[in-house]
Amino acid sequence: MYPFNYVRPTSVAEAVAALDGGNFLSGGMTLLPSLKMRLARPETLVDLAGIAELTGIKVESGSISIGAMTRHSEVARSADVQRELPALAELAGGIGDPLVRNRGTIGGSIANSDPSADYPAAVVGLGATIVTDRREISADKFFTGLFATALQPGELVTRIRFPIVRRAAYAKFPSPASRYAMVGVMVVDTGKGVRVAVTGAGPCVFRLATFEAALDKQFAPQAIDGLAVSADGLNQDLHGTPEYRANLISVMTRRAVTAVQARG
Amino acid sequence: MSISVAMEVNGRKITAKVESTTLLVEFLRRDLRLTGTHVGCDTSQCGACVVHVDGQAVKSCTMLAVQANGTAVTTIEGLASGTQLHAVQEAFRNCHGLQCGYCTPGMIMTAVDLLKNNPNPTEHEIREGLAGNICRCTGYQNIVKAVASAAKALQA
Repeated sequence: MYPFNYVRPTSVAEAVAALDGGNFLSGGMTLLPSLKMRLARPETLVDLAGIAELTGIKVESGSISIGAMTRHSEVARSADVQRELPALAELAGGIGDPLVRNRGTIGGSIANSDPSADYPAAVVGLGATIVTDRREISADKFFTGLFATALQPGELVTRIRFPIVRRAAYAKFPSPASRYAMVGVMVVDTGKGVRVAVTGAGPCVFRLATFEAALDKQFAPQAIDGLAVSADGLNQDLHGTPEYRANLISVMTRRAVTAVQARG
Repeated sequence: MSISVAMEVNGRKITAKVESTTLLVEFLRRDLRLTGTHVGCDTSQCGACVVHVDGQAVKSCTMLAVQANGTAVTTIEGLASGTQLHAVQEAFRNCHGLQCGYCTPGMIMTAVDLLKNNPNPTEHEIREGLAGNICRCTGYQNIVKAVASAAKALQA
């Protein structure tokens, strides 16, 4: 690692003021390996672990608000999340491995916008709101590209507010080695329409309007039969071709729809 | 940048100065000479470096020593009480849940956390629970048996 200054503020205001061109450190599951490989050279690391405002899961009227520093294992085990948004608890419980889930945070995951991360599918699929130190951003406007978001330099995600929806499910095809999503699909029956969010397949999470329209008409796995998914722009890597991923999108969507139906 | 840290390691209060860039595993092995915690891959994949920080199993190669400031850390050296092995250690010995032993400290630390959260896991849950720990010798069969056997022993 290149040398850096380390600070551990106790409030959001102090954290933002201390950043000065450095990096926020949340769970560190991506940042620390990047520092070890000397892919990043921040002057300062601002550790967010001492900031109480960034923690906690709160059930509010019609929504659940999750602090940015909430670890994946906390979301997975939360009785509130399991009761109100079981799909979100299941998604969190399937990220990486248990050791990663004990450190990784929801805020860090979405701010990083890794194309293979699971949380972006939940944030976009459920139509969450990202709360930062200065504004609120809707999920549909948050993820802008490969490792890119609508966050301004120095802007800090403080909470993520998920609307409580009628029913939802997440199905993913993990890479057997890394356990990252080769393709993950969140299917959400909001009560006012269906949302389908796909992660792992493209440069960042995206919604699939053709599937949403078909599932709006008939909420069943066979509703998307015959609907082609274009492989244009999908990810190509050692795990799979764009065509393979395009096929996986249909397969994972059908599995997710079946899982949603099973919720009754 | 040198930073003062204070933490409890295996029940002992430690104060030290560490560089901001020092990993928790380096601090444990090099500064405290607790070499039971191993470095396998150093890229957050293999789980040989798993320790408990405030009771939760984490990969100490992917955590800075300064991040552990103010916490209680338990390593494999802190698991036994005197000469009495922890039930999970005893089960790994009885079931021959190791061959070369390199992954064993991490496997055991992960298994202890797994059984704390899920005292009666199915075989599938044990395998999922150990997904972040890689063993290149055993094929996992006896490791899974050891964890199942430890679960029974802990419930008895």
